[in-house]
Amino acid sequence: MISEQAKQRMRELAKRYPAARSAVLPALYIAQEEEGYITREGIDAVADVIGITPDDVESVATFYTMYHKQPPGKKVIKVCTSISCYLRGCDKLMQHLEQRLGIKAGETTPDGNYTLQGVECLASCGTAPVLQVNGEFVENVSLHDADALLDELD
Amino acid sequence: MPEMEKFLTKHIDVPGIDTLDVYRQYGGYEALAKALREYQPDQLIEEVKKSGLRGRGGAGFPTGMKWSFLAKNDKPRYLCCNCDESEPGTFKDRMLMEKIPHLLVEGVLITSYACRISTAFIYIRGELALAARQVERAVKEAYEAGLIGKNILGSDFSVDIIVHRGAGAYICGEESALMESLEGKRGYPRLKPPFPAAVGLYGGPTVINNCETLCTVPAIIRHGADYYASFGTEKSKGTRIFCLSGHVKKPGNYELPLGIPMRTLIYDEQYGGGVLGDKAVKAIIPGGSSTFFLGPDKLDTPLDYESIAAAGSMLGSGGVIVLNEDTCIVGAILRAVEFYRDESCGKCTPCREGTFWLTQILERLEHGEGKMKDIDLLTDICSNISGKSFCPLGDAATSLITSGVRLFREEFEYHVKHGHCMVSSQPALV
Ligand SMILES: NC(=O)C1=CN([C@@H]2O[C@H](COP(=O)(O)OP(=O)(O)OC[C@H]3O[C@@H](n4cnc5c(N)ncnc54)[C@H](O)[C@@H]3O)[C@@H](O)[C@H]2O)C=CC1
Ligand SMILES: Cc1cc2nc3c(=O)[nH]c(=O)nc-3n(C[C@H](O)[C@H](O)[C@H](O)COP(=O)(O)O)c2cc1C
Ligand code: SF4
Ligand code: FES
Repeated sequence: MISEQAKQRMRELAKRYPAARSAVLPALYIAQEEEGYITREGIDAVADVIGITPDDVESVATFYTMYHKQPPGKKVIKVCTSISCYLRGCDKLMQHLEQRLGIKAGETTPDGNYTLQGVECLASCGTAPVLQVNGEFVENVSLHDADALLDELD
Repeated sequence: MPEMEKFLTKHIDVPGIDTLDVYRQYGGYEALAKALREYQPDQLIEEVKKSGLRGRGGAGFPTGMKWSFLAKNDKPRYLCCNCDESEPGTFKDRMLMEKIPHLLVEGVLITSYACRISTAFIYIRGELALAARQVERAVKEAYEAGLIGKNILGSDFSVDIIVHRGAGAYICGEESALMESLEGKRGYPRLKPPFPAAVGLYGGPTVINNCETLCTVPAIIRHGADYYASFGTEKSKGTRIFCLSGHVKKPGNYELPLGIPMRTLIYDEQYGGGVLGDKAVKAIIPGGSSTFFLGPDKLDTPLDYESIAAAGSMLGSGGVIVLNEDTCIVGAILRAVEFYRDESCGKCTPCREGTFWLTQILERLEHGEGKMKDIDLLTDICSNISGKSFCPLGDAATSLITSGVRLFREEFEYHVKHGHCMVSSQPALV
């Protein structure tokens, strides 16, 4: 459900910009906050507020990786796999997380608790390897840290 | 005159410097007050020209000159601050935003005044949640203190600042794609010219500058252009933040005058502290993963735009990545090129298809299934992408391959002949 309150926030955003359309990205974030991912209803709500077609909104939403097309796990773990983290052994970290969670990168645990993702450089290359849990950074991650982190999250 | 000066990071570790009160205790917003009190907008542009400041986003274009190129017409002008930092090896803008967000706000304000802009946007990469929260809070505090909004500090200058978050797309760091994204569209690059200074956001003349570039502006106004320009080299003035990563003992952000030798950054105890495990350097990527490898024979090259270019690479975004002698060069290049394959926006064929082929061939070679002719095929495809793509992302995807094959051809050949690498298999977790 996209609440009336959420729609109101979207309308205010649309007014804030010189052109309403600029509010598409922030409005999609609001839709995602409401339902956990980008749903048909979310797209329709954004289209309605901005005054463009749902197809148009969908074509924007699918361009950007931070809009979930399916419901993600409760805890989304993003491991950076780009060059500086690679040089510091992020592949070993990823393998370890895959083993502990029993899933492969890109998958969600059957209980819906965890999604594990490999992602591109997170602008944290000086503290590699790094990961994010629901958007918050954990830096200089050793295998031991990874275990402690999962214990804490469980 | 001191030998070293820090214009950006001097107070970065002061507790509470992310709040307006502490930032002001350390001289924050004095440059803004000085700019409004003592300068006409055009004089500020002259001052920034005189400082020699060049864009820290990668291309190194002279900042004052870019501002003076703004089209003079009756369309509204805009400022976009590029905080989309996502070039592998680059992590300075995130630090500035997280730790000293008011410096960015002050830079945006002075720049808006200089360029006669009344709406400014700060476009922050979607993945940087903490940075966005910090900047949003700083903007809110500054609004409440009358530093943003109408008649700032009693002057007749008024400006609005809107913090806008990206949503995961490297290409949106490219300035024209950034504007498309800010207009609520897919982030496809536009044809240049016209440059944003002529036709930019919503069709108006637009200034786009990198986060670090704008964070430097307050220091230039506060200390004077001449003082700023007394650091650095003849053509690369001032200081910049070098992001040191990879196989060094002390990776991190180091603000240093341009022209400091690469060896000093990597080996000096105050900075990198040497190569991990005291190994030899195999190669250096001096300016983010879009730039060309330099071999260890280039370690004494000064880190300034001209010297790094003369050595065969680019200073780029300031991301210095060090690879030690145990690194499989084919594996490292494969990893770097996968990034461009995944981040290609798909608008033009050479980049969209080419980056896919490149990774396929590199994968074959890495796993010992490649043929000798694959090596030339790689460089062949590179020459069909580079210079033939719609935007510089295509070119960027080829830099490490062409320079890697040139410097380490025998290692590619070894993979073909022996079916595996001549050095270690996979980097260890440090
Ligand atoms: N910081 C990061 O995360 C990344 C940085 N880069 C860097 O980006 C660079 C390429 O950026 P581009 O914007 O394509 O370079 P560019 O050379 O086209 O432009 C540089 C800047 O100068 C301006 N400019 C150039 N000529 C102008 C003129 N005649 N009139 C008015 N303005 C003019 C452009 O608008 C732009 O703002 C690469 O060198 C690379 O190092 C690339 C990827 C990521
Ligand atoms: C693919 C690509 C990605 C880019 N990403 C960024 C970025 O994340 N941040 C940035 O400041 N500049 C980035 N740039 C450079 C911008 O297009 C532009 O040159 C820069 O923001 C201008 O600011 P400056 O003059 O202060 O450097 C990128 C360029 C390309 C081609
Ligand atoms: S070069 Fe790549 S990123 Fe740039 S427009 Fe073409 S497909 Fe898009
Ligand atoms: S390479 Fe992993 S954060 Fe930059």
